[in-house]
Amino acid sequence: MNSLLLTGGRVIDPANRLDAPADVLISDGKIAAVGNDAAKQAPANVERMDVSGLVVCPGLIDLHVHFREPGQTAKETIATGTAAAVRGGFTSVVCMPNTSPSIDNAAAVALVHERASQHGVVNVFVAGAITKGIAGEELAPIGGLKRAGVVAITDDGHCVQNNELMRRACEYAKMFDLPLMDHCQDYSLVTTGVMHEGYWSTALGLQGWPSAGEEMIVARNILLAELTGANVHCQHLSAAGSVALIRAAKKRGVPISGEACPHHFTLTDAAIAGSEKFWATDGKQLTLNSQLSSLNLPSWPNYDTNFKMNPPLRSARDREAILEGLADGTIEILCSDHAPHCGFEKEVEFDYAPFGITGLEVELALSLMQLYHAKRLSLADLIAKYTVAPARLLRLKKGTLNVGADADVTVIDPEREWTFERADTASKSFNNPFYGWPLKGKAVATIVGGKKVWVEQAEAVAV
Amino acid sequence: MSWNRKHLLDIESLSAAEILTVLDTARAFKAVGERAIKKVPALRGKTVVNLFVEPSTRTRISFELSEQRLSADIINFTAEASSLKKGETLKDTAKNLEALNADFIVIRHSAAGAPHFLSRVLNSHVINAGDGAHEHPTQALLDAFTIRERKGKIEGLNVTILGDILFSRVARSNIWALTKLGARVTLCGPATLVPRTFEQMGCRVTHNVDEAIRDADIIHLLRIQHERQRQTMFPSIGEYTQLFGLNKARLAQTKPDSLVMHPGPINRGVEIDSDIADSDRSLILEQVTNGIAVRMAVLFLVNGGKGPQEIAAS
Repeated sequence: MNSLLLTGGRVIDPANRLDAPADVLISDGKIAAVGNDAAKQAPANVERMDVSGLVVCPGLIDLHVHFREPGQTAKETIATGTAAAVRGGFTSVVCMPNTSPSIDNAAAVALVHERASQHGVVNVFVAGAITKGIAGEELAPIGGLKRAGVVAITDDGHCVQNNELMRRACEYAKMFDLPLMDHCQDYSLVTTGVMHEGYWSTALGLQGWPSAGEEMIVARNILLAELTGANVHCQHLSAAGSVALIRAAKKRGVPISGEACPHHFTLTDAAIAGSEKFWATDGKQLTLNSQLSSLNLPSWPNYDTNFKMNPPLRSARDREAILEGLADGTIEILCSDHAPHCGFEKEVEFDYAPFGITGLEVELALSLMQLYHAKRLSLADLIAKYTVAPARLLRLKKGTLNVGADADVTVIDPEREWTFERADTASKSFNNPFYGWPLKGKAVATIVGGKKVWVEQAEAVAV
Repeated sequence: MSWNRKHLLDIESLSAAEILTVLDTARAFKAVGERAIKKVPALRGKTVVNLFVEPSTRTRISFELSEQRLSADIINFTAEASSLKKGETLKDTAKNLEALNADFIVIRHSAAGAPHFLSRVLNSHVINAGDGAHEHPTQALLDAFTIRERKGKIEGLNVTILGDILFSRVARSNIWALTKLGARVTLCGPATLVPRTFEQMGCRVTHNVDEAIRDADIIHLLRIQHERQRQTMFPSIGEYTQLFGLNKARLAQTKPDSLVMHPGPINRGVEIDSDIADSDRSLILEQVTNGIAVRMAVLFLVNGGKGPQEIAAS
C-alpha cells in the first residue's frame, strides 16, 4: 500500500464546509481519512509530509486552458501545459477545442486523452466543439463527443453568432446533461477591435472592442438558457454589464453561470498605455490592495502585446464589477484562459499579435491577492471557485476531499511572497504580463491521484 | 533648448518646451529653405530609410526632400516592393535595414504603435510618419508652426478640428500639441466619428458645426472618407457636406480673421468649398512648405543637433 500523510495543515474543503486543522491520509491514490485521527489509521511506514502553517485543499481545477494539442505544439503541449499546471497548484484542467484541427469529433477527443495519458502530469479533461470546425455553421456530433468523454462543449476563441443554431445546440446538449460554455462576443459589434473601447483605445488609436459586444451575447445566452433549460456557462467575463445581467438572471433561477480570469480583475485597459500610465491611474488601487510587505513595481512599454487578450482588459469600473460579482457569488468560477503563443508571434505590431496570455502559474497568486488579501472573499470561498464550483458545473467527481475521492490535493501557502520569473516557467511560452510582479500566495505542493507531482524547492517528482 | 530624445514617436509624450524647441529650430531651417543654396551638411554621411508600410505620397516626398536638404543618404522602402508581403515580420525587415547601417528609420504604418515597437527592437533613431489612427507627430508640428507663424502665438487661440476625428492620427497629434501649447480645441463632426471619449483628451466635443466654428481662430479640416468599411459611419458624402462641409456661408459667420487648414489631400466640394481652398484664408499650401522645415528640424534634433543657433552658423 502506497500512503502519504499530510500533517499539521489547515484543511479547507468547501464541498464539505470544512475549514479546520486536520491531517489528511492518502492511500492508493484515494483520500483515506481527514481529521485528527487520520494519523492513527496510517500504516507504520507511511510517508509523512509536514504541512503545518499551510492550507491543504482539494486539487485545484482550471476549466479553461489551451494546451494547443493537436497541431500547435510550438506554443504548448500537453506535457508542458500540465507541467505549468502543477506549478500553479492545479490537478485538473479542461482543454479548449480550438486546436488545429479542432476537437469536433470523437477521434480528436480520443487523441487528446491518449496524449494526456502518456504525457500529462494532471487530469486532462476535454471540451468539445459546439459546431463543426468551430465554424459556427452546423452542429458538431455532440452525442459522439459526449460518448468520447467531453465534459462540456464550446466554440471558445469563437462565438456561435447564429442564435437559432445556438438554441438548437442548447436543446441538443441538454439531452446529454452536457453544459455549454460560450465565449461571448458579438462579431458585428466588435468588428476588428483589439482592445477595450474607451479613453485608452481613443488615445492609443487602436480599434475598440466595446463591452456591449460581450453583454449582447451574455443576454442572448440568458434568454436561450431560459428558453431551453440548458446550462449555459459564460466564459472569461470582462464587462460590468455582463455581471449585472447574470446576477439578475440567477435571481430568477435561469441556469446560467460565469467565470472570471485574474487578468481581468487585476489589470485594466490603461496597462496598454504602458506601466507608467497604469501605475499612475488604475494601478493605484492595486498597490493599495496588495498587502505586500514591499512593492517593487514592474515596468513595461506601451503597446505591449502581452496585454492583448480576448476579451480585452477593460476599465477600472469593469474590474471592480467583476470583483463584486466574485464576492457576491454571481461569478462562481475562477480560471486562467491559459493561452500560450510563441515569442515571435507576439513580437509584432499590436494589431497583428494573437490574442491571449498564459496564466496557470500565476492565477492562484493573483486571485489570492485581489480576493483574499484584499478581504473580498474568505479563503474557503475562493478555493470553492477553483474546486467544487467547476466540478459541479462539469459533473466531475473531483473538487472535494471526501473519503474515497481521488487524492488530488493542493497545498497552499497563502502568505508566501514571491516574484514570477521566466526562469521558473514550465510552460513552453512566455506571453505573460506578470513577470517581475511582486505576488503573494502560492501553491507549494501538488498531489495528483496520491502522487506528489510537484513540490516547491524540490526536484519535480518523476512521473 | 530642450531636446534629449533619440526618437520622435508621438506628441503625447512631449512637453510644451520640447514642442517649442522643434518650432524654433524649424524657423531657422525655413530661412535655409529660402536661400539660393538650400542644403546644409547636418546629416552628411548618415543613412535614412523611409520605411513606408502604408502608402503615402505627400508625407514621403516631404521627408525625402527634408533629408536631401540635410545631405543624408536615402533609401525608400515601400510595402508594395517589400518582403513584408512575403510574410517577413516588421521586426525582421527593420533589423535587416539596420544591418545595412541605417541611422534613421522614418516609418509610416497602418498599425498604431508600430514606431514604438520598432524603437524597442532597433538601435536606430525612429521617426513616426503616421501610425494607424494613433499619431502623426510631424504633421501636428508643422500645423503648430504654421499657426504660430500666421497668428504670432498659439496660447489662447480657439482651434476647431472638423471631420473624421475617430480614425484620424492628425487629429490626435494636433489635440496633444495644441492643448499643450495652450490653445482651446473643439472637435466637431458626426457623433459616429467624434465620440465623447475625446473630451478626456482635454477638448470640447460638439456636433453643431456653426457653433463649433463661430469663435474659431483656426478651422482645421480633415479629409472625409466614405470607403466600404466606413459606410456605417454616416449615410452619404452629400449628407456630410450639407451638415458639416465648410462653405462660404458658414465661413462668413466666423471671425473675420479666422484661417482654414487641411492636411491634404483635400476633397473639393466635400469637406471644403473649392473657393475657400484657394482663398487667402487658406493655409493649405503654407502647411506643405512648412512641412520641410519642420521635418528637417526633427531629423536634426533627433540626431543630437543643438537648436537654431547651430543652424544659423552653418
